[in-house]
Amino acid sequence: MAVIEAKNLSKVFGKNTKQTLKLMDKGLTKDEILKQTGNTVGVNRANFSVEEGEIFVIMGLSGSGKSTLVRLLNRLIEPTEGSILIEGQDLAQMDKKALRKVRREKLSMVFQQFALFPHRTILENAEFGLEVQNVPKEERKKKATEALQMVGLGDYIHQKPGQLSGGMQQRVGLARALANDPKVLLMDEAFSALDPLIRKEMQDELIDLQSSMKKTIIFITHDLDEALRLGDHIALMKDGVVVQIGTPEEILVHPANDYVEKFVEDVDRSKILTAEHIMKRPETVNIDKHGPRVALERMREEGISSILVIDGKRNLKGYITAEDASHARKNESSNLIDILRTDIPKVKKETTMHDIFTIIHDSPTPVAVVEDDKLVGIIVRGAVIAALAGDGEVNL
Amino acid sequence: MLRNTLDFIPEIPIAEGTEIVTDWLKNTFSFVFNPIKEHFGNLMEFVAEDILMNIPPIIFIILVALLAFFVTGKKLGLAAFSIVGLVLIYNQGHWDDLMNTVTLVLLASLLSVIIGVPVGIIMSKSKIANAIFTPILDFMQTMPAFVYLIPAVAFFGIGMVPGVFASLIFATPPTVRFTNLGIRQVSKDLVEASDAFGSTGVQKLFKVELPMAKATIMAGINQTVMLALSMVVIASMIGAPGLGSQVLSSLQRAQVGTGFVAGLGIVILAIIIDRITQNMNKKNV
Repeated sequence: MAVIEAKNLSKVFGKNTKQTLKLMDKGLTKDEILKQTGNTVGVNRANFSVEEGEIFVIMGLSGSGKSTLVRLLNRLIEPTEGSILIEGQDLAQMDKKALRKVRREKLSMVFQQFALFPHRTILENAEFGLEVQNVPKEERKKKATEALQMVGLGDYIHQKPGQLSGGMQQRVGLARALANDPKVLLMDEAFSALDPLIRKEMQDELIDLQSSMKKTIIFITHDLDEALRLGDHIALMKDGVVVQIGTPEEILVHPANDYVEKFVEDVDRSKILTAEHIMKRPETVNIDKHGPRVALERMREEGISSILVIDGKRNLKGYITAEDASHARKNESSNLIDILRTDIPKVKKETTMHDIFTIIHDSPTPVAVVEDDKLVGIIVRGAVIAALAGDGEVNL
Repeated sequence: MLRNTLDFIPEIPIAEGTEIVTDWLKNTFSFVFNPIKEHFGNLMEFVAEDILMNIPPIIFIILVALLAFFVTGKKLGLAAFSIVGLVLIYNQGHWDDLMNTVTLVLLASLLSVIIGVPVGIIMSKSKIANAIFTPILDFMQTMPAFVYLIPAVAFFGIGMVPGVFASLIFATPPTVRFTNLGIRQVSKDLVEASDAFGSTGVQKLFKVELPMAKATIMAGINQTVMLALSMVVIASMIGAPGLGSQVLSSLQRAQVGTGFVAGLGIVILAIIIDRITQNMNKKNV
């Protein structure tokens, strides 16, 4: 079930917003509306749903409305129209008290510039969310300490934020958000202010945290690499409009329009695409049933010089070459075992192309893709190169 | 020819109107003003004569010096200055005047803060309040301070109480303005963070905004105290006792020496109070 759902969610900054909404319906762009009315379209009819336990990345360049969108989700900015369903309840319709309750119990936010309270210690910062709920002192201290330990800051609890580095400050921000055990974490460019090394480290930790805690995370970023690394789904925004929503692969491989295509063209595809995306259905012979004659026949049909050998359970046994097979046929041998070669490189479905390069470079044969020793596909050099060039056929 | 063109407008009776309003206020609200005058007057007398003047000067001086010492982070400068300065005032025979002045300044400042901080908070929270209070504050600060003495006397007679009243009007604006400014300057991020975690307005104010604005508010309070002190001489014109009344009587009798000594006393007090309140501010940052 969707934890958060945005329906027709829009924000217009300025006066006479209803009229602007009509212009938006007519399909006018952000620039045209600004010229005509002087109003700025923050978010234009965003629709998406976020499933429990996933990392949903909202990505766009500055001015695309992504920070506005995330603030609509907890109503730090009041939506002009549309609804925000949190576990089925519409946040946009709630009164202040109900809204506070949702903010306290279901949504936490992590900020780009950390937004730690400089007059409070690290522990007091982490306690903040619980403190405003009037949780008893002992209990909130315990929970905040646990959250701080989870992000690796157990030793710094009595320092002030100003004494910590940027990376550590953002850990505090994360701990503060985790301490009141929210359903959903809203992370607004949470790692953008960090230097690249720390950022990567934090991304890894976030992935770990997410897989152990099963939080639903909505992550805002302007950095495509970050989006591709973290996101289970990515929503791409431009001028307040959600242009495309999909898995990282879908966005890379089937960009919805020119804008997305241009956006993704510089991505290092080799780090995103995996063996699964570029493998082909393998031609095989069964070691228990077939002999050299069948093997040769199949190779000729497919125009290949070697063929993979499996058993009845599709376990990969090895491969035979055309040369060996024709020798065997001349010698009237009917057994494949004698000519079976086993030095075939194997990769898993999740292996990235980046890692496949080196393997395929050193191997005279195609690379087999296996899962639990069972053969699921084959990768030939041509497919790797085509996929990298961006125009090859890719399985999704 | 053109000299008299505007004469067709009859003179608007602002002065008469003001007097009518003041008289009306005085008569209608005498049940408010009279008890204030009486009780507050008694309180001030009690503070000045029964408490401050009963403390032996040497003890008072040591206490001030200790306060100065600790507030400045255990540096000797201000403490030494306090001792020398206060002993000098005692030596010149102005100790009781000093105590009266301290009472006036402390009570006026205290009331200014009690009134000014909440008003500043309201201004920071409401555009309407901001629009209403800003011109009032401008008015309070630019109207010559002497003018306040007139209604003060009308309402409270002469003595310390009208002095505090006049100081209050003159000295409150900085606290209001700085409180307003301080809260408005709290970074938007922190306000958002506070909201995002579900704070109520009151929680946000006390847990985030006021602590963050503290330095600015303290700067305003420092200004308020200084302004209250500067009213000491003016308030002496309506009979407020203290160093100011010494300055005033020297002026009336053209006694340069006595006037200088009393004025020097005010300067010494001003420096001590200013440095102590400023350092409280620094320590709290």
